[in-house]
Amino acid sequence: MSAPTPRLRLAVALDGAGWHPAAWREPNARPGDLLKPGYWADLVREAESGLLDFVTIEDSLSIQTDAPFATEDDDRTDRVRGRLDAVLVASRIAPLTRHIGIVPTVVVTHTEPFHLSKAIATLDYVSRGRAGVRVQVAPRPRDAALFGRREFPDLSYADLRSPAGEGLLRETFAEAADYVEVLRRLWDSWEDDAEIRDVATGRFIDRDKIHYIDFEGLHFDVKGPSITPRPPQGQPVVAALAHRDRPFELVGTSADVGFVTPRTAADIASITAEIRAAQSAAGRDDETVHVFGDVVVLLDETEQGAQDRLARLNEAAGAAYESDALVFAGTPEGLADLLATWHAAGLSGFRLRPAVLPDDLRQITQRLVPELQRRGLFHDAYDAATLRGALGLPRPTSRYATTEGTPA
Amino acid sequence: MSTPHRTDRPKKQIHLAAHFPGVNNTTVWSDPASGSHIEFDSFVEFAQIAERGLFDFMFLAEGLRLREQAGEIYDLDVVGRPDTFTILAALAAVTEHLGLTGTINSTFNEPYEVARQFASLDHLSDGRAAWNVVTSWDAFTGENFRRGGYLPQGERYERARTFLDAATRLWDTWKGDEILADKASGEFLSTPAPGAFEHHDSQFDISGRFNVPRSPQGRPVIFQAGDSEEGRDFAAAKADAIFSRHSHLDDGQRFYVDVKGRLERFGRRHEDLLILPAATFVLADTDAEAVELAREIRLQQVSPATAIKLLEQLWNRDLSDHDPDGPLPTVDPSENDDLIAKGRASARSHGDRLEQAERWRAISQAKGLSTRETIVEVTGRQSFIGSAETIASTIDDFVQADAADGYILVPHITPGGLAPFVDHVVPLLQERGVFRTAYEGTTLRENLGLREPTR
Repeated sequence: MSAPTPRLRLAVALDGAGWHPAAWREPNARPGDLLKPGYWADLVREAESGLLDFVTIEDSLSIQTDAPFATEDDDRTDRVRGRLDAVLVASRIAPLTRHIGIVPTVVVTHTEPFHLSKAIATLDYVSRGRAGVRVQVAPRPRDAALFGRREFPDLSYADLRSPAGEGLLRETFAEAADYVEVLRRLWDSWEDDAEIRDVATGRFIDRDKIHYIDFEGLHFDVKGPSITPRPPQGQPVVAALAHRDRPFELVGTSADVGFVTPRTAADIASITAEIRAAQSAAGRDDETVHVFGDVVVLLDETEQGAQDRLARLNEAAGAAYESDALVFAGTPEGLADLLATWHAAGLSGFRLRPAVLPDDLRQITQRLVPELQRRGLFHDAYDAATLRGALGLPRPTSRYATTEGTPA
Repeated sequence: MSTPHRTDRPKKQIHLAAHFPGVNNTTVWSDPASGSHIEFDSFVEFAQIAERGLFDFMFLAEGLRLREQAGEIYDLDVVGRPDTFTILAALAAVTEHLGLTGTINSTFNEPYEVARQFASLDHLSDGRAAWNVVTSWDAFTGENFRRGGYLPQGERYERARTFLDAATRLWDTWKGDEILADKASGEFLSTPAPGAFEHHDSQFDISGRFNVPRSPQGRPVIFQAGDSEEGRDFAAAKADAIFSRHSHLDDGQRFYVDVKGRLERFGRRHEDLLILPAATFVLADTDAEAVELAREIRLQQVSPATAIKLLEQLWNRDLSDHDPDGPLPTVDPSENDDLIAKGRASARSHGDRLEQAERWRAISQAKGLSTRETIVEVTGRQSFIGSAETIASTIDDFVQADAADGYILVPHITPGGLAPFVDHVVPLLQERGVFRTAYEGTTLRENLGLREPTR
């Protein structure tokens, strides 16, 4: 078990105009700019000005919908629809920032681990060691139809508790774990010093330091090695969102950071216990696995002001906003109280989901962060060069690394 | 075949682009001026030099498995490359006008995902994305992908053609006026279900809603690189530009006439398809110095060890004991179908190996060349060698004589090797009035002088 971290870690989750469905109608929102690079650059620079450890960028293969488990895409015209590939957004903004970690979301159910491995390795080169990836499953008919090469049963959210639902989750999360294993093996497939440029022998690389990964799984086999040399962090950071058993297992076996959704401080002990048990079962007791609490945040000068904002947004949206995560509407000081309590209860960090962009992001960077700093809970400066460094994770050596003189 | 040399028309404007060479044996990595081929700074430097030279675009090739020869990873050339989409998106942040062209194969990808990535790249670069559609990937490469295996040649073009059709359908699902984002009325979309599509053909059964709204260019600019009959027809039917290997006057003209002649059959006009061969260059103060420098570069590119490896690729057998300074082997090439070189597209292009070997032997004997010298001679591809004046006038002459519409330059040193061309040749082309002095358009399609895509 890891000891409590000296400070809490803080990330923000960026999605469209913000997490509230009516966010795009707020006065400071830029709904016409959601597909423009400048919009994303401004948001990530704002997050960096608040010394946040990283940003995540949401994504999905199918179009956004208010009901993710519905069979059909909805035909709403009053919601943000349309988005860009998160890995490419991440890459586009990486050269414009210097310190903040950048963690795009990717759907692993329909994509190739070989392609994703080199994309995230390249994001790590482009950002000089600030890349991560959040892996997400999508075992739904409407995602599968976009690719036309596999089928999934049409299950409602409630059906996930049925034997068919349990089976589906077991299969897709096991596939996701395989996927992460392939990512990590490919990142390790070049040892750090494989490129030798030895003019005397005419060899560009030492082939003994480049390794086949020979992964064989249920859904894919990957021979390797990667075509991209080992990235600056060795292993970019892997994250996953988890609400229950199978996803908790994925976090414990495969991730460096798990995003979880407690509603009360009391939830935290049972959630972390499940993740730690999975971590232990996977033989990862000596590794740090961060457990971050996800909270939707809507902040204002006063508690009443925040509640009024939420009411106004709900009215514009035509329904009270519901989320998988706790929706916090209050003051930055009140949020700092909550984070401090949950931090003490066992969460090492938080991924805040701003209800409205850029308003709630600015509340985080300009009001919450100074409050946390005043309480000694957050850092005063970036002091690590990489995202792993910011999270207190060591740079791993390649699993294939051999000692001097030993044949590979 | 005679090529009409039209003198009554205005001078053609030359298109120039630059290829950041990835895995090859032409990059002289042993030169002290050679930098990293993987650090992002190298790509930034290269792209910014190309943009300083007002080039239309930069180009990245693709490779999805490390090459092998005789069962071992090939270690003599530059090895390792970054992910194409990721690098191009990052370069969009540090350039303003330069087109961003990437090779993405249609075998180990799916149309929905690739269409989404290119549409995203086009948004993120404000309209500078281009896709070089390729088909030929083998079972060896397939071992890295869940699709696995590979398709027979004919089916690969079938998949490539339907893949591009499917991607085009996805790009065209959004017309471009759907996003109102009207805060007052609460209407984000003007219509309920933009992006809806169904596409069913011999290769794909896909449906749903495409989730990237129409990008600045509507579709990326489409490149095609194949040289076979199917490849030429595919380009004539679908491509905006063709990336060829015909960088010499005669074969360039033959290729130009052939491919442009195919356009009409597909209801397209002469100017709807640009022909842009890859070209190398060796630039020095005088022509004589350039010739000498070119010889030195060739010897750097073909070391004794590389000569043996290239020899093995034609002979398709182990020749590791052969003396590179001696004559060509007396043993004949192996007719074995299992190639000694894996993951190298050129290894398949040797055709009749015995005939080719006889040709090499004849050259070797006639000129009294050693094995290495023969390889240097027969694998040479340097296109433009000379002073800046010579190179500028040669390129201009070739383009005016319809051997090409422009060239994709491949320097032998990365990332800085393009700079001498930009600094010394580009100004001469500008003086001749055949190259731009400022970017004309905001999108790549505009800079290439291509029409808006029709739907």
